[in-house]
Amino acid sequence: MRITLFGTRGSIAAPGPETNRYGGNTSAVEVLGKDGTVLVLDAGTGIRRLGAQVLPCTTRIDILLTHLHMDHIQGLGFFDPLYDPKIDVHIWGPASSVLTLEARLSRYLSPPLFPVHLRDLSRVVCHEVPRPPFHVGPFRISTSLVCHPGPTVGYRIEAEEGVATYLSDHEPALGLKNGQWPAAEWISGYDLAMNADLLIHDAQFTDDEYQRCVGWGHSTYRHAFEFARQVGAKQIVPFHHDPSHDDEMLDRLLDGAVKTFKSICAAAGREGTAFDVGG
Amino acid sequence: MTHPIQIILLRQLAGYLSVPLFLVDPKGDLLFYNEPAEVILGQRFEETGAMSADVWSSVFVPEDEHGNPIPPRTGPLSISIAERRPSHRRLFIRGFDGVVRHVEVAAIPIVGLQGDFLGAAALFWEVSE
Repeated sequence: MRITLFGTRGSIAAPGPETNRYGGNTSAVEVLGKDGTVLVLDAGTGIRRLGAQVLPCTTRIDILLTHLHMDHIQGLGFFDPLYDPKIDVHIWGPASSVLTLEARLSRYLSPPLFPVHLRDLSRVVCHEVPRPPFHVGPFRISTSLVCHPGPTVGYRIEAEEGVATYLSDHEPALGLKNGQWPAAEWISGYDLAMNADLLIHDAQFTDDEYQRCVGWGHSTYRHAFEFARQVGAKQIVPFHHDPSHDDEMLDRLLDGAVKTFKSICAAAGREGTAFDVGG
Repeated sequence: MTHPIQIILLRQLAGYLSVPLFLVDPKGDLLFYNEPAEVILGQRFEETGAMSADVWSSVFVPEDEHGNPIPPRTGPLSISIAERRPSHRRLFIRGFDGVVRHVEVAAIPIVGLQGDFLGAAALFWEVSE
């Protein structure tokens, strides 16, 4: 499978010369199967450009939403395939205890916040997660709720050639005592990320920033890399960059983590970067 | 297998409470108890680890005000598991340290976002005589 990053920023889009290399768009990732199956992870502002590059032969796209915070759905209304009569769009994401996924999404995709109502998009179907593993094309997809405020899931995508895990907003280190990580069954997201070939993981904060933001649902580089070590991931891509972190700062944070965690293979989470998993 | 996030978060919360808290899975197996609960049990969680319902009910026998053992199935946690409802009771417990304590126990079922039953939690509150 080929995984391409179209948006790697967290919280709010942050375009500008200082974020040119890592990109300013919020979360959107394309997962392309060998047979042309298209998955889209989250619908942040990066999904607009992703939608413009969909191959003309595509007839189905599955959008996997981790949660419904604005930076993960803001681009949805600008995703061209939603309005293409030849393409069925399946949206997967968490319901709340009182509202369906469709009802929750409709709070954004309806006037006055958006001119088009979700219910008028006849080729869009909503599916709720978490649920038992399901299949889309060559992919087996597992979901479970993870540590982040409000209903939030992570995704494990398995194909014949490898495994990718997407945990865009995740604070597995919340509540750790003395920095000690518990046994595997007590680590949020462990099953989803275990032995993944590619782990795309939240790394929003510096250590200092985290002290002011405990419980906000995000990780530091240190947490993300330690999580990768705990689960045995083969490669980590730090993701969900804080909008205030410019390219130079992100270079420094990555360099520092790589030097600290020498056994962990890492790649920069830059917009436009593609990874061939198992290829 | 990773525990549901609600159970993980409850354990984290328990780690920051001064009130004893016990956490069981849908079968009644003891998943975790915090440090204040260790005082009641007289053993550290790191030493015992998780316990099956059978083991846990045999080492921890509550009594009523007359000193009669309370059958395992009528304790608050057992009721929360079996009937999936909150339950409350005053009882006496003898810990591993031999001390008898008069406690109030409040147990609640843990139900996930989609109505999935995940287990139960019980808070113990020592009664001032």
